[in-house]
Amino acid sequence: MTTKPILSVEHVSKRFGAVVALEDVSLEVGEGEFFALLGPSGCGKTTLMRLIAGFETPDAGRVVLAGADLSGTPPHRRPINMMFQSYALFPHLNVFDNIGFGLRRRGAGREEVARRVDRMLEIVQLQGFAGRRIEQLSGGQKQRVALARALAPGPSLLLLDEPLGALDRKLREETQFQLKDIQRRLKTSFVIVTHDQDEALALADRIAIMRQGNVEQIGPPFEIYERPANRFVAGFVGATNMIEGRISRDGGAFFVAPFGRLERSDRALPDGARAALSLRPQQIKIRRDGDGIPGVVEDVAFRGETTQLRIGVEGQEALRVSCAREAGFAPGEAVRIEIAPDAGVLFSGSE
Amino acid sequence: MPKRFSLARRLVLGVPYLWIAVFFLAPMALIAKISLSRPAQARPPYEPVFSLSDGVGGFLSKIQTLTFEAYRSFGEDRLYLDSYLNSLAIAAISTLVTLLVAYPFALAMARAPARARPILIGLAVAPFWTSFLIRVYAWIALLKDEGLVNHALMALHLIDAPLSIYATNLAVVIGIVYSYLPFMLLPLYSALERQDPLLREAAADLGASPAQVFLRVTLPLSRAGVVAGCLLVFIPAVGEFVIPDLLGGSDTLMIGKTLWTDFFANRDWPSASAAAMILLALLIGPLVLAERARLGAEGRPS
Amino acid sequence: MRGVDLARRAAIAAGFVFLYGPILILAAMSFNASKLVTVWGGFSTKWYLALIEDTAMLDAARISLEAAALSAAIATALGLCAAVSLTRFGEFGTRTVFFGAIHAPLVMPEVVLGLALLSAFVAFGMERGFATLVIAHATFTMCFATVVLVAALRSFDPALEEAAQDLGATPFGAFVLVALPCVAPSLVSAFLLAFTLSLDDLVIASFSTGPGATTLPMRIYSQVRLGVTPEVNAISTLLLAFVGLVLGLSALATRGRPSGAADLA
Repeated sequence: MTTKPILSVEHVSKRFGAVVALEDVSLEVGEGEFFALLGPSGCGKTTLMRLIAGFETPDAGRVVLAGADLSGTPPHRRPINMMFQSYALFPHLNVFDNIGFGLRRRGAGREEVARRVDRMLEIVQLQGFAGRRIEQLSGGQKQRVALARALAPGPSLLLLDEPLGALDRKLREETQFQLKDIQRRLKTSFVIVTHDQDEALALADRIAIMRQGNVEQIGPPFEIYERPANRFVAGFVGATNMIEGRISRDGGAFFVAPFGRLERSDRALPDGARAALSLRPQQIKIRRDGDGIPGVVEDVAFRGETTQLRIGVEGQEALRVSCAREAGFAPGEAVRIEIAPDAGVLFSGSE
Repeated sequence: MPKRFSLARRLVLGVPYLWIAVFFLAPMALIAKISLSRPAQARPPYEPVFSLSDGVGGFLSKIQTLTFEAYRSFGEDRLYLDSYLNSLAIAAISTLVTLLVAYPFALAMARAPARARPILIGLAVAPFWTSFLIRVYAWIALLKDEGLVNHALMALHLIDAPLSIYATNLAVVIGIVYSYLPFMLLPLYSALERQDPLLREAAADLGASPAQVFLRVTLPLSRAGVVAGCLLVFIPAVGEFVIPDLLGGSDTLMIGKTLWTDFFANRDWPSASAAAMILLALLIGPLVLAERARLGAEGRPS
Repeated sequence: MRGVDLARRAAIAAGFVFLYGPILILAAMSFNASKLVTVWGGFSTKWYLALIEDTAMLDAARISLEAAALSAAIATALGLCAAVSLTRFGEFGTRTVFFGAIHAPLVMPEVVLGLALLSAFVAFGMERGFATLVIAHATFTMCFATVVLVAALRSFDPALEEAAQDLGATPFGAFVLVALPCVAPSLVSAFLLAFTLSLDDLVIASFSTGPGATTLPMRIYSQVRLGVTPEVNAISTLLLAFVGLVLGLSALATRGRPSGAADLA
């Protein structure tokens, strides 16, 4: 985080009956930052978002916005707006009145409302839609009206609950860029909740990875991907091969995988310690001949730009390897794989 | 929720709660108490009458005068016993007939083109909104000895002499079937309408004849609708007053009618109240079933 | 498939003849100049004209309409409060008692409810008349109104109210600005249901009303006990036409939304 924090979540815990939704969660969101809460369903990310919006009360800890403790402040008094997952557009109001709803609650005059709504429609590129009824809009248009409505009151923080979840794949990618662009122009802090890692990686300045009510790691997308803090993060963000093995200090430092010894410069772990190596599919090189670990192509899946292979090796689940599509490997072919020294991330202990 | 909304909440809950407590729960408790009292030539026409001025001692001595006499007399009085049994029998027969009439009708509507269905079911349920009394009354002109049904049958030379339908139990059954048909149609229709037509095609594809498809697929899947519909007809039919009074004869004994007569003609409040309590007890069983059926129907994915 | 199609049409036709036949015959008879059902004496409106002379019948109709409007308004207001309590307040101590008491009159024989209300009015020392009639009708129709409104509030997305609060509306403001307009068609349904049930009721009215507040069904009933008369046919036809008109208008207003009656099943 490069700017000063606008939102601080401090040691927040929340349980629903016997279910722990959040356990001592702390994080900070910077001014003008695009922050993502990423995790599988049930990880507590939605609870955390509802807690920031004021729809849930923490059992312990507090939420601080721009230096002010929000405890006891009801949702309608928080300068935070939320874009709901199902959009929650008011079906009995048209586009104009939906976007103007928050402004009117603040007592804005007729002219101010009209001016501000026009500006919002321009930002989300829906000029001329003010008089439309909600049921006349397409999914993508509804999404943009929901965004405009949440931005209209000029919140210091915008929460977005799975904002692109209801859109189809192609529209989702286009909208990602628009969302990022709008955020950059308005310089409002965005907190997005998503279970889609591609979305989080593409949009966010920083990501918090959550699991079972805990924050596993917070960092920029690159760092999360390249230097995952633990096995869960490595497995959850991006595809990976998790290889179980041991450390050997016999004549250097090695990670001993079932199929061979891999050189490591990392000397933190003692000789004989159990460890796991997380290797991304593109970190494994594959050749038809030469040195390297022998393997057999088990399966080939064409993925457009790249081709995904499953390579059977000794004593190990088949490895996922990606290679250029021109390579033209076929199932049953004998190949050699090569893993560069220090490739991937090493975790101590075993599963 | 912040505390300051609790007053508004209390008001929102309190007003209907108070109303239902004063005008429903208290009256029900009162007739339970009256059913344990003795008839009296007074106003109100029963004793004892509790009052706040009794004090604890007076209250306790009055409690001791409560009696099960009104209930005990039903054991001896054939009129009430016969009314209960006859009500149950007529309600059961009527429910069965209603089911047999409603099922093909509901099935046909559920299989009609999707565009026509809302209109059809809307028209089928519309009579529910019109006057019950008038719909029952309409049958008098049809069923009388010199009425339209007999007239038509004789004109077609199907019968030589008029059939006596009016003022019989048969007329009561016809009246109940007609009046409560919408209650049976709605649950049947909604159970049948949401059945995936592919299930029937799958059954036929697996070698089931049309009759087998109906018996093995359509009928079992509509069970929740059948149970709900039967209860919606049976429960009110047991306590029915208007239909036996207008279409039944003097020998048609149904508990709603007997209770009404007993109350308005004889002014015997304790025995009328006791009859009402027994009638309620009779309906609790089907109601428990109804609740189970409802939960079962809700548990199913739609 | 031809035979199946034919059978389907026949079943639907037979069903509607059974449902509407008696009502239509009744309406036709009201225009029959002859007093006998089996003889068509020519078209006549004389029974309707006779109705205008019948001040007792007209008074009863006026009382019924007034009682229906008043009791339906009370029932809808109480039903809305009860429905909000049941859907929004989560668990409260005596929720089961409240839920049971709200739903019990739906399945309770009218004679039992009528008897209970009458006993209570006597015990409370209330003189029976128009006021007790309205109270009794509001009590039994509020259950129906509650069921309709509970269904409407249940199917209403709670995120909409949260969105309103998030945009600065107080919880009460969110309910009034968002939830109420969205369930407005159901409020109309609930009112109409309560209104027609009250207009239609004979049994509870007979127990709860007093001299000077005889309702239309009570008046019709006492006439019917004396035999079928063309005049009763005429007033019945008017009543049916009135309800038909209200139903048609509400169907137009809600444009094919499921009616209150559908919510009850």
